[in-house]
Amino acid sequence: MVKGLTLDRIAITKGGVPLVALDRHIAPGQVLTVMGPSGVGKSTLLSVVTGTLPNAFACTGRVLLDGRDITRLPPHDRRVGILFQDDLLFPHLSVGANLMFGLAPGGDRAARRARVAQALEEVDLAGFADRDPATLSGGQKARVALMRMLLADPCTLLLDEAFGRLDTVLRAQVREMVFARARARALPVLMVTHDAADAEAAGGDVVTLGN
Amino acid sequence: MRLLPIVPALTLLVMLGPVVAGLWGTVRAAFGHLPGAGLTGPNLDAFRALGDWPGLPRAVMLSVTTGFGTTLIALALVVLLVAGWSGTRAFAALERLLSPLLSVPHAAAAFGLAFLIAPSGWIARLISPGLTGWDQPPDWLIVNDPLGLALMAGLVAKEVPFLLLMTLAALAQADTRRAGAVAAALGYGRTTGWLKTVFPRVYAQIRLPVYVVLAYGMSVVDVALILGPGTPPPLSVQIVRWMGEPDFSARLLASAAALLQLGLVVGALVAWRLGEIAVAHLGLRWIASGHRGVRDAAVRGAALAGAGVAALSILLGLAVLAVWSVAGFWGFPDALPEGFTLRTWMRQGDDVLAAVGETALIAGVVTAAALVLTIGCLEAEVRHGRRLTQRGLWLLYLPLLVPQTAFLPGLQGLLLGVGADVGRAPVMLAHLVFVLPYVFLSLADPFRAWDARNGAVAAALGAGPDGVLWRVRLPMLLRPVLTAAAVGLSVSVGQYLATLLIGGGHVATLTTEAVALSSGGDRKAIAVFGLMQTGAALIPFALALMIPALVWRNRRGLQHG
Repeated sequence: MVKGLTLDRIAITKGGVPLVALDRHIAPGQVLTVMGPSGVGKSTLLSVVTGTLPNAFACTGRVLLDGRDITRLPPHDRRVGILFQDDLLFPHLSVGANLMFGLAPGGDRAARRARVAQALEEVDLAGFADRDPATLSGGQKARVALMRMLLADPCTLLLDEAFGRLDTVLRAQVREMVFARARARALPVLMVTHDAADAEAAGGDVVTLGN
Repeated sequence: MRLLPIVPALTLLVMLGPVVAGLWGTVRAAFGHLPGAGLTGPNLDAFRALGDWPGLPRAVMLSVTTGFGTTLIALALVVLLVAGWSGTRAFAALERLLSPLLSVPHAAAAFGLAFLIAPSGWIARLISPGLTGWDQPPDWLIVNDPLGLALMAGLVAKEVPFLLLMTLAALAQADTRRAGAVAAALGYGRTTGWLKTVFPRVYAQIRLPVYVVLAYGMSVVDVALILGPGTPPPLSVQIVRWMGEPDFSARLLASAAALLQLGLVVGALVAWRLGEIAVAHLGLRWIASGHRGVRDAAVRGAALAGAGVAALSILLGLAVLAVWSVAGFWGFPDALPEGFTLRTWMRQGDDVLAAVGETALIAGVVTAAALVLTIGCLEAEVRHGRRLTQRGLWLLYLPLLVPQTAFLPGLQGLLLGVGADVGRAPVMLAHLVFVLPYVFLSLADPFRAWDARNGAVAAALGAGPDGVLWRVRLPMLLRPVLTAAAVGLSVSVGQYLATLLIGGGHVATLTTEAVALSSGGDRKAIAVFGLMQTGAALIPFALALMIPALVWRNRRGLQHG
């Protein structure tokens, strides 16, 4: 079995017009950065991996995750984690309930709560479980969003301009934290960005689209 | 959820089935075919009898003038108001009144207006005998006037809030602020600039609601019974009178008149469409002329005054209903009753409570069904990519465009023909026809505008489609869902003709009871029922605001959504 995320001859078209083509393997703990101007189809590429490709597009090729062909699986069965530019914490749930939502089912209430508390501690947010996500700072929200995703135990992590809303200082911090967590869990990371500093910090291969 | 893919088809069937079936029943009866009563056609007897009815020309005329008059005045008021005032403080004040004004049922608003402007109404009492010298109410026919002016006034007061809401929704989609700034920089007055730059885009979006107002104004029954002329009445009222006669030939006559009513509405819609084309043509010439607008200020003032009067007539109408409901003896021309008492409430208590129960049961079941179908349709759209097309939108508006008086008589005949008992369940089905479009229109925009990335995140976290719907989407959309529910409840509460005809007179809701009282002239009893009817429509709106504020009191991210 090949560990990692494989984009096997992926080719996306819109109305018959070729948009994006990619054929790469991302090993566990590695980061592949996809760059290019907006509108070039970077986010569309990610939606092929998450399984949320809009109807207007067509795609050929296969997506393999740890050797498993996930091309035809519904989004919730793929174990593909994704972070967007916005934190997208569910506004109707507390910070703790957001994390519970992410935490894979199983275990009794006490054990689950302990897992959530531990996750919050891991990103220096101990005691934040009952807080309203809307009262958190941008950096705190980003950390909660990351932990929520990781608690779902994904096999890969996608980053869709994930640091785009943060100011420069915060951006570097959050970026370091995300990459460190992904490396610690040996997750293959596919990052879409238009910021060269993101690509540099990632340190992996860079693919530039639209040229 | 395996049923989800068929929900859109089921919704269309539930919404349009009764309309189509009812029209079919009307056509059959109009041509003399009523198997339930042992009558077989086809023949033209009913049309001949209709032609022989001496009141026909006036009744037809009243339908047409009321429909066009209401629509033209209400549309002009709304357009000029928005053109001259949007973004100002006066406009914001009117906007805040919008939801309550909208939810006041037509019948209650009509009673309120009648109690205000009648010769013995509140206005006459306030200025008598000081200004008028009247010790007795003058013998003038202000309410129920033969030209239907009071009827038109009552309808305008209720349709202005409706069209204003639709216009505001359309404005949100057009880039109006910058268009206004550009027009102003080019030297155009506020109203003229708006009419020339924004109005064409906005009208394209509110065209269907305008058609609804036109069709409704031509065929309304309850408001016409309260405010309209009596002999002859507008065609729609005469249809209902004929339907109420025990003689079966009157029923055939009613069906023939119902077909005529349908033809009138179709003809009026075609005429309006031609008028649109003509106005567009003239408008282009007006734009090309480059006139900057000289009388803008006067037009602005008139629009605000008109809209203010419309809003006030409803609010003061409710106030006078409240006074009457607790009035002791109230002689003319006293401005207020001699004393206040709860006697009317006690006397009507049992009837009111029974009607409240019936109203709430019907409205609750119907609204719940409409919400389930609507959310099912919208969710099927998400999962199966079936989007409502422009043609689909027309289907949604169809039950609101086909005059009620055209298909409800036929539907009643069909129900009798197949031996279905008239009563509560058929009434609920009939209400659903009118409730569904409003619930759908109310919920569709917020449902579709929801950020789909929330769903993508939830799916990435392992939530299936049902989990996304129930655990993320619907909780986040709690406020619009409850607002849609309130809209549905108020539409159901206000239904008169569907309740009367399909219920066979046995289903007594607040609205049917209130309208039934109108001929008796017992102002105190009318006031009690009118107020209860308003409360039944208004309280759900208040709850739709309060519940999310309570449930999400610790969730800042949802407090303005």
